[in-house]
Amino acid sequence: MVDKSLTLREAIATYVYDGMSVAIEGFTAFICFAAGHEIIRQRRRDLTLIRMTPDLIYDQMVAAGVASKLVFSYLGNPGVGALHCLRRAVEAGTPAPLELEEYSHYGLVGRYIAGATRLPFYPLRSYLGSELPEVNEHIKFIESPYGGEKIAVVPPINPDIAILHAQRADRQGNTQLWGLLGTQKEVAFAASKVIVVVEEIVDEAVIRADPNRTHIPGLIVDAVVQIPYGAHPSYVQGYYDRDNAFYIAWDELSRDPQRVQDWLDEWVYGIADHGEYLSKLGTETLERIRPGSAPAAAVEYGAYR
Amino acid sequence: MSKEMLERGYTPSELMIVAAARALSGVRTVFVGVGLPNIACNLAQHTVAPDLELIYESGVYGARPGRLPLSIGDPTLVTGATSVISMADLFGLYLQCGLVEVALLGGAQIDRFGNLNTTIIGSYAHPKTRLPGSGGACEIAINAQRVFYIMQLKRRAFVNKLDFVTSPGHLTGGNSRPELGVPGRGPELVITDKAIFNFENAEREMQLVSLYPGVTLEQVQAEVEWQVRVVEPLAEASAPTQEELHLIRVQLDPNGMYSRGGNA
Repeated sequence: MVDKSLTLREAIATYVYDGMSVAIEGFTAFICFAAGHEIIRQRRRDLTLIRMTPDLIYDQMVAAGVASKLVFSYLGNPGVGALHCLRRAVEAGTPAPLELEEYSHYGLVGRYIAGATRLPFYPLRSYLGSELPEVNEHIKFIESPYGGEKIAVVPPINPDIAILHAQRADRQGNTQLWGLLGTQKEVAFAASKVIVVVEEIVDEAVIRADPNRTHIPGLIVDAVVQIPYGAHPSYVQGYYDRDNAFYIAWDELSRDPQRVQDWLDEWVYGIADHGEYLSKLGTETLERIRPGSAPAAAVEYGAYR
Repeated sequence: MSKEMLERGYTPSELMIVAAARALSGVRTVFVGVGLPNIACNLAQHTVAPDLELIYESGVYGARPGRLPLSIGDPTLVTGATSVISMADLFGLYLQCGLVEVALLGGAQIDRFGNLNTTIIGSYAHPKTRLPGSGGACEIAINAQRVFYIMQLKRRAFVNKLDFVTSPGHLTGGNSRPELGVPGRGPELVITDKAIFNFENAEREMQLVSLYPGVTLEQVQAEVEWQVRVVEPLAEASAPTQEELHLIRVQLDPNGMYSRGGNA
């Protein structure tokens, strides 16, 4: 069995190219900021970025000039307010014009499902009476072949590359996660290439002891990278908290484009890798985002011989 | 907040929380975001809806957060919840399946038929202001059995014509919503910081049913671009009880982040 572990620098250099469509998913949780920063650091250009909620990661990546298009369903800083860099890109075309393709959450979820299961479309009971189909030609209505009900459909989406954060994986890329599952597995199955980034690389035996928890099989994973705290300021259930203070601070900071560039210079370009990022973040911050303990009871799968 | 309200011993936000909580009487499942609606749901659990289960579009059914969540994806929503599932399952099996009795929504602009805009101000191609967009709101507005709006009463929000229709309410009024095949019954209540509205007329048009103490009809009309339809006789919204205020101030929102700030 081949060992798929790589450094983040190697994984991005090998799998992420200019002009690609990139999905770094995770619904508030499991957002791989480390990968986003490495993509900025390696100065990729002309990417199509795909996420339901762009969150700060795409706000930062768009400000850094890596993207020409955004596919999304909610353009906010969750719990805080607007995404100012993205708003500037949309309202004023700075630093560069950004093409938008807009859905609702379930619409983009549906695109991932159709992409993952190789279907021509996904039907969903949404968009009736909404103007979203008028500004997105990919949202269509069809008549059900059974009874003629009018229903909305969305096409498949197959990102060129998906980068997904999780708690743990083995070296073959069998990946386990718990907490907000979001659309991590659908995106993995839909994407042409998959990089999994985890807090811990564990033995195959650990994975096999709890197979219900394996949402992404190594079968579809191209690279496994271990980056503790790789999702900061997003979070990993059980490992660290969301750094809400950072999300709030970003709201203030990102209103000023110059402060954003200064932040990128200090925290992305001026940093060699995520290890250095963590040192700079400091032990006080890591302590602040340490959660209490709430383990689940072990479950008995049974040994059947 | 008005001087009269403070003199009465509670804030408009506290009355909004109480009004929303009371409206959840006997409800089993509520789809909720963050902030003030969260506190309303927690208050309802302690008072009129002990079996209330909170559902979040992030994939949580039966949330029991240990702290007030800042976002709908807060880790506190996961720990101790009844079930945490993928978003595909949440939107398909819970929402679209029809299991959400009430959804609490808010937005940038609302019109007289309860249609909502959270997308843009201006034009879509060249927006004056780009708003967050639908998120789950479009399908929630369509599939929830009932929708309550919780928002501040402001003229720039209560408009004659939406700049964009993100999520459908009663569409063009009358039977236009069911005729289009929209499953959920749509907006029922609009709870604001000055007054409460419902849609209980044949036209499905927003109508004023009660004013908060100290608020006049003129003050409400000043914050609504269209000529407000008024129910006669116009009621006064009943004040929070001491028990409700105690729950809010001591247990649910001790820092007053949502109940004593301006954050609805």
